[in-house]
Amino acid sequence: MDPITLLTFFVLSVFVGFEVVSKVSSTLHTPLMSGANAIHGIILVGAIIVAGQAENVGLLIVALIAVLLATVNLVGGFVVTDRMLEMFGGRKQPAKATTEEGAR
Amino acid sequence: MSLLSIEATALLYLVAAVCFILALKGLSSPKSARRGNLIGAFGALVALVTVFLSTELDNLALIIATILVGSAIAAPISRRVAMTQMPQLVALFNGVGGGAAALVAMLELTHVEGIGAVIAVAFTVLVGAVSFSGSVITFAKLQELMPTRPIVFPGGPIVMSLVALASLAAAVWLVISGDPLASYVLLGLGLVLGVLFVLPVGGADVPIVISLLNAFTGLTVAASGLVLGNTLLLVAGTLVGASGTILTRAMASAMGRSVAGILFGAFKGGSTAGSTVASDRPVRSSSAEDVAILLGYAQRVIVVPGYGLAVAQAQHTMAELATTLEAKGIEVVFGIHPVAGRMPGHMNVLLAEANVPYEVLQEMDEVNPQFKTADVALVVGANDVVNPAAKSSPGSPIYGMPILDVASARQVVFLKRSMRPGFAGIENELLFEPQTTLLFGDAKESLTKVLGAVKAL
Repeated sequence: MDPITLLTFFVLSVFVGFEVVSKVSSTLHTPLMSGANAIHGIILVGAIIVAGQAENVGLLIVALIAVLLATVNLVGGFVVTDRMLEMFGGRKQPAKATTEEGAR
Repeated sequence: MSLLSIEATALLYLVAAVCFILALKGLSSPKSARRGNLIGAFGALVALVTVFLSTELDNLALIIATILVGSAIAAPISRRVAMTQMPQLVALFNGVGGGAAALVAMLELTHVEGIGAVIAVAFTVLVGAVSFSGSVITFAKLQELMPTRPIVFPGGPIVMSLVALASLAAAVWLVISGDPLASYVLLGLGLVLGVLFVLPVGGADVPIVISLLNAFTGLTVAASGLVLGNTLLLVAGTLVGASGTILTRAMASAMGRSVAGILFGAFKGGSTAGSTVASDRPVRSSSAEDVAILLGYAQRVIVVPGYGLAVAQAQHTMAELATTLEAKGIEVVFGIHPVAGRMPGHMNVLLAEANVPYEVLQEMDEVNPQFKTADVALVVGANDVVNPAAKSSPGSPIYGMPILDVASARQVVFLKRSMRPGFAGIENELLFEPQTTLLFGDAKESLTKVLGAVKAL
């Protein structure tokens, strides 16, 4: 893709990024940070592409490490954010019923 | 197996990007937050399916196996981690993302063409490495594997400048030569720089650094999007970079700090160094029964919960005490400092977990005028966020941080573990004031005793 198109994407994304979080209450700072953190786990897509093109074992191992790290970021990020937000939602049922550790 | 055309791939990536924007938008409001996060996860799923269907991939079985292993590690940890330990988990997830981006860029170095792409590789390797090692240090600080205080050593700023210059030189070398060796050197220097960058940041400022490193990781993901020519990575990374920057500034201003002041504050003299030594000045400590009497015969009680409540897992006992007092016709509200706990909004999460109704949780600006009419301010495991030094002593490291105005309540009760200073490592003058009563002990034990005594009144 040509550089100007990529630059266009970049600049527009900066503005969207600024705009979407401009009015957030401090209550939601932590979940928002955590959610944004999960989104950059999408580097997994890049890691998969690189791993799929690795030419030798050494490169493949490094690429698979990247896949592993990115997966942890992506999956862990979304799950922990959901866990935080769960607390805001189901206030009617007791907390024990909504968390798994109560059962284990 | 390229099952998808280039157009279909681009369209599906667009769907994923829109999901991420909606996710961030949703996360900005309490009502839509959870749905927003699920939309984000859905977007990620779309993107993953797309990359598998659109790209010619070798080693497919190994890649899928690795993803399964990664999920099997991350999901249970995230589900079971105590809510009090969540900030460090977020830091860790952020770090591994930065590390992944750095590795992707390094591997892609031999495939890229054009100086722009090599610059993007250099940026990703350096910033990704800083984000990785910096996040690991913040993790260690929050997990208390190492001192939470700012760590400053003689010549620190000079060492840091030298490492920063060397990193820059290595980056230039990489851009000019395209030599993989340069990328290894850059990675190593980046790791060192990340450690040096975070060590001097201490105490309550650590969450802000997590947020900043989060924005850094976003930018590295954007840069690796440039390297790979992948628009989704570019858009998603930039979104996180931009929103993370705004969020970092919002957090810093909630604490009355500037981002630059936090990052470089510890270098400018020893004022933030603080101490962890307990003071031996006289204070008035009392029994749970006395505290129960104060509470039981009050009309308005404002509870100020802090990290001590969280570590003692006392949020449920606290909620029960509030309900018991309310049953006696006493008005109870919770005054939540924006950075109560270890991260902005952390305390709201903890209290929501204990079923404390959202309506009695009041933010600082809302609750501060009410302290004047409150009979008792009950401070549970909080210290820095009620320290009047933030208003009165310009030399203090927390000077300028907005605080909860508990000093204007008629009586102040502190439930504290010991006389040790708080996270910022400074003494609280309020503890020595005549209207202040202290009850020493673990927050949960103290609250249980007070609860029993209130019920017996």
